[in-house]
Formats: sequence, C-alpha cells, structure tokens
Amino acid sequence: MVRVLINVPKQIRANEPFDVKVLISHPMESGQRRDQVGQPIPRDIINHFIATLDGETVLDADFFPAIAANPFLSFSVVAEKSGTLALTFVDDHGVTQTELAAITVT
Amino acid sequence: MTLPRRRFVLITTCAAVSPASAKPAEVATLIQALVGDASLKDGLIHLDLPVMVENGNAVAMSVSVADPPSPVEAIHVFAEGNPLPRVAVFRFGPRSGAPRVGTRIRLATSQTVIAIAKLRDGSCWRDSVDLLVTLAACIE
Repeated sequence: MVRVLINVPKQIRANEPFDVKVLISHPMESGQRRDQVGQPIPRDIINHFIATLDGETVLDADFFPAIAANPFLSFSVVAEKSGTLALTFVDDHGVTQTELAAITVT
Repeated sequence: MTLPRRRFVLITTCAAVSPASAKPAEVATLIQALVGDASLKDGLIHLDLPVMVENGNAVAMSVSVADPPSPVEAIHVFAEGNPLPRVAVFRFGPRSGAPRVGTRIRLATSQTVIAIAKLRDGSCWRDSVDLLVTLAACIE
C-alpha cells in the first residue's frame, strides 16, 4: 500500500468540469540506474492508472519510466450528480490499489 | 574553457550510466505506427513545458486540446532524448471534463518532447517543445 493524496474541489456544479489532483508516493524506479556496485536496479513503476466515476471511465493512462518519482496527475472530470471517484493503479509487481474520493454536487 | 571538476564527474557518470538514448528516428517510427494512414497536422493540441529545465528529474508538463472538432480519444507523449522514448498515454473516457492532463516527467537530456492527440474522427494533431536540461535525470 502506498500513500495517496487526492484533491477534489469542495464546490462542484452538475455538468461543469472540475479538476482532480492526485499525488502517489512511489519511487518510480526507472530500471535505468545502477547501485554502488554497478548492478542495475530493477524497474519498479506504476504502469497503469484508471480513474472512474461511478463505473464510467474518466481517464485511463499508461505510465512509462519517464514519469517522475511520486507521480502527480491532474485531470478534468465532469459529473451529473454526486458519486464516488475511484482511482486504481497497478505497479510492475501486478499489485493493484484503489483509492476512493467522494464527489458532492451542489 | 576548463570544465569544473563536479560538472566533469556529472557528465562522465551520466555517459557511463545511461544507455544510448532514443533516436528521433525511433520516435518517428512509433508515431508512424500510432498515426497510420491518418493525416498528422500541427496545432489544436498544446504541450506546455518549460524551455529551460534546471532539474530533469521532475519537469512539470501539461498537455491539452482546445475545442476539438470531435472527442479526443488519446494523447501520447514522446521524449526523443530519453533512453526509452515513450513517456505516457492518456485515454479519455465519457466522464472526462476536458482533454487536459498535467503531470511531472523525467528528461535525460536537452531534447524535443512531442505530444500527439488522436481524435475519434481519426485525425491526429501534433505539438512539440525543444528544451534545454541543465541537470539530467539519469542520476539522483
């Protein structure tokens, strides 16, 4: 389990786009570096990120080693009614983690 | 001009550690495979990156498509000078508010970064940024 920060605006209007910001604590080891004795450090990155709102896709992203450590992502969402935003990401070991954030339409 | 010792160590370590960087031709092949027979035009998509980068380990990047004539299916980002040219692929779903994404990327050297937007009508749009990187991302 890695630490995830999700920022959702407090005031959301129906059918008006709003930005969601996500910060994931992850080293995103690129697989290009070597340790002190010259051995390559194995790649360990988050390679897939999916954001859904009540089951409907918002953003589906593939990440490559060029994404910086502690990946930050901001993207736009549009909601008709209050719901749950689910952010799922998969790392190189196949570990899947899902974080939920409530969307409250006023 | 004498090279400061630290800068020399930095450059040689970078050269020793990083494998051959991706070639512009390699990126062109990837883009060709992505675009296929469709037309590739400049414009519509906007790639926002600083022209001068002090630290290549985390470079703020944002990419957006303003008023697309048909929904944006995906945005692909390539870095010509990185050891692996692919940076990210963003696909937009029905709940996406606008085709725009912001993130932070690694850049191994001064290079050209290219963003391609693929629209549902099949058209592809391109934007690129030439940038200078002072501290490369290949070492911590």
